[in-house]
Amino acid sequence: MDSFDYSSYLRDKKFPLIWCSGCGHGIVMKAILRAVDRVGWERDDMVMVSGIGCSSRMPGYVDFNTLHTTHGRAIAFATGVKMANPKLHVIVVTGDGDATAIGGNHYIHAARRNIDLTIVLMNNSIYGMTGGQVSPTTPIGKRASTAPFGNVESSFNISGLAQAAGASFVARGTAYGAVQLSKYIEKAMLKKGLSVVEAISPCPTVYGRRNSMRDPVQMLEELKQESVPVKKAAKMTEEELEGKIVTGVLTDVEKPEYTAEYEKLIVKLGGAA
Amino acid sequence: MPATRKDDRVRVMTGNEACAEAALTAGLRFFAGYPITPSSEIAEELSSRLPAIGGRFIQMEDEIAAMGAIIGASLAGAKVMTATSGPGFSLKQENIGYACLTEVPCVVVNVMRGGPSTGLPTMPQQSDVMQARWGTHGDHPIIALCPQSVSETIDLTVRAFSPTEKYRIPVILLMDETVGHISEKIRLPKRDELEIYERHTPSVPPAEYLPYRQTESDIPEMATFGTGYRFHVTGLCHDETGFPTNNPVEIEKQMLRLNRKLDRYRDEIVEVEQDAEEGARVGVFAYGSTARSAKRAVLMAREKGIAVSFLRPRTLWPFADRETRALGEQVDTIIVPEMNLGQIAHEVEWAVAGRAEVVKVNKINGEPISPTEILPAIEKAVK
Repeated sequence: MDSFDYSSYLRDKKFPLIWCSGCGHGIVMKAILRAVDRVGWERDDMVMVSGIGCSSRMPGYVDFNTLHTTHGRAIAFATGVKMANPKLHVIVVTGDGDATAIGGNHYIHAARRNIDLTIVLMNNSIYGMTGGQVSPTTPIGKRASTAPFGNVESSFNISGLAQAAGASFVARGTAYGAVQLSKYIEKAMLKKGLSVVEAISPCPTVYGRRNSMRDPVQMLEELKQESVPVKKAAKMTEEELEGKIVTGVLTDVEKPEYTAEYEKLIVKLGGAA
Repeated sequence: MPATRKDDRVRVMTGNEACAEAALTAGLRFFAGYPITPSSEIAEELSSRLPAIGGRFIQMEDEIAAMGAIIGASLAGAKVMTATSGPGFSLKQENIGYACLTEVPCVVVNVMRGGPSTGLPTMPQQSDVMQARWGTHGDHPIIALCPQSVSETIDLTVRAFSPTEKYRIPVILLMDETVGHISEKIRLPKRDELEIYERHTPSVPPAEYLPYRQTESDIPEMATFGTGYRFHVTGLCHDETGFPTNNPVEIEKQMLRLNRKLDRYRDEIVEVEQDAEEGARVGVFAYGSTARSAKRAVLMAREKGIAVSFLRPRTLWPFADRETRALGEQVDTIIVPEMNLGQIAHEVEWAVAGRAEVVKVNKINGEPISPTEILPAIEKAVK
C-alpha cells in the first residue's frame, strides 16, 4: 500500500466529515485528490464548485478555491467562473439528484456546449442529505422514503445522458474500484472539453437500509460484483447487462471546446489584450 | 457650443440599448442572459459588443443558469450583469439571494412588463417593485434603481456598478417596458467623466485573509478566485472564515452585519429628485416612466395656480423614507400614480405614518398612465 499524503490538499480543520460511516463519497474525494496530484495542477488555479447535497459538501474539505452554490446550479456557476477566467481549472462535484433532477438542464447544456469543466458525479441512487427520497437514478423496485412501495419510475443512465448530449469525455467508475476511478478522473481533468466521471457511490445509511443492504462492506462488495468492464459489456446482451454497472471510459473524443472557440472570436474581433 | 461642431457622443437610442452601452462604459466584462421580452435587446447588443473588447457573453440555457453564471464570473473577477423581465426575474430569485448572502457584486436588470405569470410581455407595468425587494427568501439587503428615461438609464446603469462593488450588495435596475423601448436623444458619457468604484480586494497575505471579516466599514475585502487566496464561498450561513456555522452567536453577527450595510450606507445609496413648492397642500410621489406623466400633471396643475410638490425616488430600495416623510409633513395629500395596484403606495403610507392622506392612481391594463389621469386627483385634493 502506498502512502499518499493528502494533508496538503485538505482543510483538515474542517474535519470530521459530514458523510456517514460507509458512505462512498470520501473514497471519491481521495480519488480526485490523487488525480489532482498526478496532473500537477496548482491549488491556486483550481476551483471546485458544487450544488446541494451530500456530495456537494466536498468543497468545504479541499484546499482549493471552493464554491458551494444552490441546488442543481453548480454547473451554471462553474460556467461563469470558467468563462471569466479560462485559465482556471474548474471541477464540479455533484450528485444524482443535484445534477440530473433539479440541475438536469445545466448538465445537458454544458455537455452540448462542450465547455472545459470536469464533472465528478457521485451517483448513490438517492437523496441522502434530505433523508433518502427517490432520485432519478433509483432503480425500479427499490425503496426510498418517498417510494415506500418500491420505485415505479424508470431511472436515468446519467453517463449515457452526457454522451448523448455531446460531452467529449465520459467514464464510469465505482467507489470499490478507487484506483481505476482516480485514473478516469485524471483523464477527465486533462481533457479539453466537458468531461463527466460518474462515480457509483454506496449510501448504506438511507438507501442500503431500506433495500436489504444495511452493511457498507456488503454494498461495496456488490459494486464489485455488479461491475462489468466496458469491453466485456460490448459482447453482452441487454438482458445480461440488467442491473450491471458498465465501467470504464465510455466516450473519449476530440471536439472544439467552448471557451477556446470564444477566445478565437475575441481575437478575430480585435478584443484580445 | 458652436452649431458647426457636432458632438459625436450624441445619439438616439432606446433604453435597452442605452443600458447595454452604459454597462460597457462602467466596465462590464461578463454578461449571461436568456431571451425574454421586453429585455432581449440588452443581450443582443452585448453579444456583439463584449467579445470585441475582450469581454464575454453567453446565452445560458435558462434564467436560473444566467444568474448563477454571473455570480461565478464575479467571483472570478469580472464586472457582471444579467437582464430579464418579470417571469425571468422570478426564476432568478433563489440565486439573487445567494449573491446577497455571499456578498457577490452583480447587476440584475429587470425591464418590467405586465404580470403575474406570462402577463403582458410587450406592455409596461411597474409590476416587480415588491419582487425586487422581497423576491428572495430571508432578510437580506438589496438595492433597486429606477430610471424614468433613456438618458437616466445611462446614469443609473453606470451608477449600479459602483454600489454593488462597493457595498457587495446586488443591484437591481428596475426599468419598465416604456423606458426600455422608447427612443430618445442622449449623450454618451466618457469613462473618465464618471465616478466608478472598483472592488476592494485584500492586501493581507492569503494565510491571514478572512473573506467575511468584521471590518470597521462592515464591508469585507473580496478576493478573486485564482489570485492566491483560496477561500470558501457557501450559501449556508457562515462565520468570518466563510465556512458554514450553526453557532447562533456567529450567525447573528454575520446576519446583522449583512443587513446593517444597507442602513449604514443608506444616504449614499438613496437618490431622489425633489421639486417642492412653497405652500403646497398636495404632493405627487412617482417613479420610473410614470414619473414623467406625473411631472407633466404637476406642471399642468401649477399652470392652473395649484401649488404642488413633487418627489421622485431614483433609488427605489432602500426606500426614501425620510424624504417621503418630509413631503408628508408639508402636504395634506400625496398622490401616488403607479402602473400596479399600489405596491409603493403602501411604503409611502408607512413612511408618512398618518401625516398625510395617500391617494392611489393605478393602472394595470398595459397602457402608461397619462398626465390627464393624474391631474384630476391633484385637483380633487385641493378642493
